[in-house]
Amino acid sequence: MLLRHTTKEVKERKALTVNPAKTCQPVGAMYAALGVHGCLPHSHGSQGCCSYHRSALTRHYKEPVMAATSSFTEGSSVFGGQANLLQAIDNIFGIYEPQIIAVHSTCLSETIGDDLGQIVGKAKDDGRIPEGKHVVQASTPSYVGSHVTGYANMLEAFVKYFAFKTDEKLRQVNLLSGWVEPSDMRELKRLAGLMDVKTVLLPDTSDVVDTPMTGKYQMYPKGGTTIDEMVSMGNSMGTVALGEWGAKSAAIALDNKCKVPFSMNDVPVGISATDRFIQALSTAGKVSIPEIISEERGRLMDMMTDMHQYFYGKRVALFGDPDTLLPLTEFLLDLDMKPVYIVSGTPGKRFTQRMEEILGDKVSETKFKNGPNADMFLLHQWIKEEPVDLLIGNTYGKYIARDENIPFVRMGFPIIDRVGHSYFPTVGYQGGLRILEKILGAIMDKIDATAPEESFELVM
Amino acid sequence: MRKIAIYGKGGIGKSTTTQNTVAGLVEMGKNVIVVGCDPKADSTRLLLGGLAQKTVLDTLREEGEDVELDDIIKEGYGGTRCVESGGPEPGVGCAGRGIITSINMLEQLGAWDAKFETDYTFYDVLGDVVCGGFAMPIRDGKAEEIYIVVSGEMMAMYAANNICKGIKKYAQTGTVRLGGLICNSRKVDNEKEMIEQLASAIGTQMIHFVPRDNMVQQAEINRKTVIEFAPEHPQADEYRALAKAIDSNELKVIPEPLEIEALEKLLIDFGIAN
Repeated sequence: MLLRHTTKEVKERKALTVNPAKTCQPVGAMYAALGVHGCLPHSHGSQGCCSYHRSALTRHYKEPVMAATSSFTEGSSVFGGQANLLQAIDNIFGIYEPQIIAVHSTCLSETIGDDLGQIVGKAKDDGRIPEGKHVVQASTPSYVGSHVTGYANMLEAFVKYFAFKTDEKLRQVNLLSGWVEPSDMRELKRLAGLMDVKTVLLPDTSDVVDTPMTGKYQMYPKGGTTIDEMVSMGNSMGTVALGEWGAKSAAIALDNKCKVPFSMNDVPVGISATDRFIQALSTAGKVSIPEIISEERGRLMDMMTDMHQYFYGKRVALFGDPDTLLPLTEFLLDLDMKPVYIVSGTPGKRFTQRMEEILGDKVSETKFKNGPNADMFLLHQWIKEEPVDLLIGNTYGKYIARDENIPFVRMGFPIIDRVGHSYFPTVGYQGGLRILEKILGAIMDKIDATAPEESFELVM
Repeated sequence: MRKIAIYGKGGIGKSTTTQNTVAGLVEMGKNVIVVGCDPKADSTRLLLGGLAQKTVLDTLREEGEDVELDDIIKEGYGGTRCVESGGPEPGVGCAGRGIITSINMLEQLGAWDAKFETDYTFYDVLGDVVCGGFAMPIRDGKAEEIYIVVSGEMMAMYAANNICKGIKKYAQTGTVRLGGLICNSRKVDNEKEMIEQLASAIGTQMIHFVPRDNMVQQAEINRKTVIEFAPEHPQADEYRALAKAIDSNELKVIPEPLEIEALEKLLIDFGIAN
């Protein structure tokens, strides 16, 4: 019983967070920056921050993650980090030769009040940024929001910096994606391809953090949105933004800067959210929906109905990030499951509003909460009050799953004890099939392991 | 919209001068928001008729993220919108970060939305620009004009010169400029000439000389600006003149702060030695 100190009784807490359901902003900023081709993330703070954020990503993606740091010393904390960042910009362009440096701040540099805009402006005025190279910056204090906030801030910074409107009108649609796996990015592009819509996906971490083993190390893999693509976003017909927490601020920035209209959608997890995504893509790209898409949908529908008896009425606890939790909750309801406990460490008032819309009066006993006090401890306490049949969330859920003997499906960030998330998508209709496969596998394994001999089933 | 920050040595009369100037602008029909950036939270006392304001940071601490704009903006004299950043108690935490947090929060909540039709924003900032946090109001896109309140006393001039160093740093890459020095008289000998000389050495102007008058103290005790408390008094006209001078000011420069020797020489030439 690793979590034997977790008590059943929930008490009102004001400040304390136990086992938070989130991590810090720069992890997200770094991940977003990796989705841009030839971009080196740079952490403006002490070395430890950068090491932690890199290893957090490496442990999840099983790929090397490169990033530079301003290496703050005690002196930099007193006198400000300007000198370090200027020196870093010189060194990085001189030695590592990226196209873009994506600078994000840290708790320390934010607290002492370093103004990244001013420092990068100075680097530019001093001629430290070579012709054709770029330095983009985003403010990402970890004590505000979560890793999703950092992701959103970096995404917004890229759009603000690069997207440019000219008289040229391009027959293409921008896809601004919230935080999903490289496999999901690939799936989004595949779906757009089937629809015959030309898209620019930002960020795009496929072929960056899921690269093939070739025996040769490449610092900047072939994937990632290119500079030309980002610039061209200003001339697109429209933007389909996926995930309010991850992509909305970037979509608004793009609309403000280049007057590219956007539609705000959920990340396409599950059948309903994917339906809406396909519809949004069809509207923005002015195309009709091809038969092949309907067939994919039909296969998902088929599995949902075939296995309905195993889903019906099952109580599920889930945790993670709002952009995927919301459509996942909706998907579970579509399966006639009961999402009863939902927590996310990422704050934002819209969460309650959206959850209420999605849940309606379908499940009366549902408890959900987001923000700093919505942690794994609270989720565990709820589960102790009345057990669940399934737990869905990132690797940190394994402690609860083990103590309470609950079937556990890994989804979200980080997954650091299993593989597959980089390669098999959970978005789209195909992703829906994978989610169902994993849910059924977990539930049925428990049935097989615990069924009395007389009711041990060969066919399920 | 004009975005103005007022800096100056502690105790020089920044808050008093700001609020009286704001009252003058209000009389001219301007729509003003005052953002107090001082942990003591006394930058809007005269406009609100007392320390009636709950600060942004107190609200944040007590209510978490569920802060509404109405919780932190209070309407004061003549429809001015008043905000106090607030901050930690003396000796704990980080007041500089408090300012960054509260200005970010105001922007997020839409305190400057077009519907408010704001003509002027005033940031009233504590003492020296001691750290990055206190420079928040002059970051790019925030305040664009700075006025430094100064008197003929050596330390006040020294502080003004120091503040110019901060402005210069941000002005080189941003839009912030120095609009002028406001002399809040301490009845030092040759004060007016000395400050005019200092201003021209830095590359700016003395935008107004506010004489010392007890009426300011009387109005303060009554928690009012002079313009509200004694509208007919000559001191009220001084603040009206200052408001007018700021309203029509065109001279906005990147300051050239003096070396300490040059500053001391100025004092010797004009003040003490004579």
